[in-house]
Amino acid sequence: MSTLLDILLRLTLWILLAPLLPGIINQVKAWVAGRRGPPVLQLYYDLSRLWRKSVVMSTLASPGFVAGPAVAWVALVGAAILLPIGPFGGGLSFKGDVILLVYLLAVARFCTTWAAMETGSAFEGMGAAREVSYAVLTEAALITAILALSVESGSVALDRMLALSAGTGAVLLAAGLFAVLLAENCRVPFDDPNTHLELTMIHEVMVLDHSGPPLAVILHGAALKLLLFAVLLSEAVLPMGRMSPLAATAALVGAVGAVTIGVGLVESLLARFAFRRVPLLLTIAFLLCLFALLLAWKGGPA
Amino acid sequence: MSTLNATEFALLDNVAGLDWAEVPECTGPELVRRTAAELARGGRLCAWFGVPEPAGTRIVAVLAFDADNTLAVARSVPLNVGYPALTLEHAGAHLFERELWEQHAIRPEGHPWLKPVRRTDEAGTAPSMGEFFRVEGREVHEVAVGPVHAGIIEPGHFRFQCAGEEVLHLEIALGYQHRGIEEALTGGPHPLTASQMEVVAGDVSIAHATAHAMLVEALAGSEPPLRAQWLRAVALELERLANHTGDLGALANDVAFLPTSAACGKIRGDFLNLTALVCGNRFGRGLVRPGGCRHDLEPARIAQLGDRLKSAMAEAERASAWLWDAATVRARFEDVGTVHAAQAAELGLVGPAARACGLVRDVRYTHPAGWHRLAQMPVAVWPGGDVFARARVRWLEVQRSGEFLGEQLSAGPEGPVREKLPGLLPDRLAVALVEGWRGEVCHVALTDSAGRFRRYKIVDPSFHNWTGLALALRGQAISDFPVCNKSFNLSYCGFDL
Repeated sequence: MSTLLDILLRLTLWILLAPLLPGIINQVKAWVAGRRGPPVLQLYYDLSRLWRKSVVMSTLASPGFVAGPAVAWVALVGAAILLPIGPFGGGLSFKGDVILLVYLLAVARFCTTWAAMETGSAFEGMGAAREVSYAVLTEAALITAILALSVESGSVALDRMLALSAGTGAVLLAAGLFAVLLAENCRVPFDDPNTHLELTMIHEVMVLDHSGPPLAVILHGAALKLLLFAVLLSEAVLPMGRMSPLAATAALVGAVGAVTIGVGLVESLLARFAFRRVPLLLTIAFLLCLFALLLAWKGGPA
Repeated sequence: MSTLNATEFALLDNVAGLDWAEVPECTGPELVRRTAAELARGGRLCAWFGVPEPAGTRIVAVLAFDADNTLAVARSVPLNVGYPALTLEHAGAHLFERELWEQHAIRPEGHPWLKPVRRTDEAGTAPSMGEFFRVEGREVHEVAVGPVHAGIIEPGHFRFQCAGEEVLHLEIALGYQHRGIEEALTGGPHPLTASQMEVVAGDVSIAHATAHAMLVEALAGSEPPLRAQWLRAVALELERLANHTGDLGALANDVAFLPTSAACGKIRGDFLNLTALVCGNRFGRGLVRPGGCRHDLEPARIAQLGDRLKSAMAEAERASAWLWDAATVRARFEDVGTVHAAQAAELGLVGPAARACGLVRDVRYTHPAGWHRLAQMPVAVWPGGDVFARARVRWLEVQRSGEFLGEQLSAGPEGPVREKLPGLLPDRLAVALVEGWRGEVCHVALTDSAGRFRRYKIVDPSFHNWTGLALALRGQAISDFPVCNKSFNLSYCGFDL
């Protein structure tokens, strides 16, 4: 019973907090540009507005058009429950849960691209092609980072892997995972979440034909994914297990906030890259994670 | 070019008129031959249009010889069927000949891509686009963008033939905003004509209104007061400042570079407000009228204008410095959307798009009229022909327009700003070129025996430059289209007329 309650609490926490991050990022961007910017809670308003709207369905689309976002959202929520929250550990911790996490993220991606292809739009097909092309590199970097954590902690359970810091390679890992976070969540310099130019989009173009509740689910899922990666990055770098629960919680909240502000600053100060340069940057992220792995493997205890 | 044969073409200055009877006449094929020969010698096609007559349609050719600071006009005898296409030798004529065919059913024989430019279909809802060029192959896919776009921009259709992310071919189909401006002018000038000229392309109000006003003044055989010419030159540069600054911000926005994007949006507003200070309208509507200007600047407002200009220029300086200093921006601008100088010359590109290919094409310099005969400014040229060069030319022009205004604001001549205009002379042809911020604005008019417009031809710079955009996209990543498009920033309604 307490497990069920625990999971329910986690669900509520993840679902309620996720839309806060894009709001903070937008505030940072507005602050740098000298604007007032939208309210921090804007995404909450958007979601409630979208939820009350009706759905416009393409006559060409199969039920996958709606099922895709729904399954993707469930997969992301599942991944979020697996991820330990600082001192409170994971909701469902078991040996090898990290592999399930990676696969749930992949399922979410598959379902988003599937839904994007449903209407047969040239734009959405292009966006889907870009999404999966870059995923090849981001997934490689993510899995390498997980291997580094696994070797460092000698475990394949997220609880133990994320309890300690990544040791000497923590800086490398942080840089690599930050790049993965930017790419996975379609932020500048990989994608531009603000653009209205269909031809340059990755994620945004995949959801052009969605409306109403399915669009709300997609937007919420995207926010959830951002929070998930921010938490993963923070926990991979910080030695949570060595702190008191209170300090660990504060450190986690602080780190997630810092990552979010970092995303906002990157977005404010950099132009986005041309698509042909994206693989180069992702390869660098992969190499950073690879060197973190080598350090964990050969470098000995920190 | 000094060997220009004056018997084949009548020579005239910018903003000058001549009797219709003095325009040399020849057969259709001969006109094509003569025009082709002059174009091959370095002439530039400014306009190529039909004048309907009971016996058929006459073709009128207007050429510009930039190095000689002179224009040339010739006409054909009335034609009824066709003539050998000029496009075969000079690709830059292709849209002119398509337009001529569409408007007067005079067929340019051998034209490789003869289809409508802007005519609406039978239902009257959309332009008749005809067939689009298609690339065949298993890896090739087609992307259709528009006419409804995501941003708040005008309607136009873009058809890409792509292999993966690479664009093999882009075809641009416009005409969605065709509203019959030229047709409405026949029998004019009407009471509303001057206002209509300001919205041929709404962001080029001053340039189009000035071209129209100078043309009418030339046809009336008069010249407006010097102070009006000075005020027009001032307003023209204010229009350039606002639009170029806005474009730099828009370019930054397209590559998601927020600092310059946010700042330039604001500074553009500052420049627009300077125009509003002159005439009460941010786009300069209602300022320029045939015979002069409707508003004058008293010393107090000149001083205010100068002060506000200075602070806006300082802000623009800072905002553009962020843009040039950002390596990530340079990486997006350099070697993207390149148009080579030879291509630009062949297509007859004008304005910043041509100057960014290293071509010295600036009406203010090569065909000075009005106040520009008395106050010159250097032509801003940059080699390269890529997005970076086009952005750079804009910035150079912002600086030079700022300097020009700084000097000229205090140098205005005394006197009235408007004079009563006499009636237009009958059976006259006149040409007026003005360097708008987008490039050469060309107005040509022919009066009938009563001194009313018999034919009025408007060539917006966009008419020359859209093909340049299509060429710039060859072999580029399709994701770079928006930034290429923005670097040209062409007008849809100026093209559609």
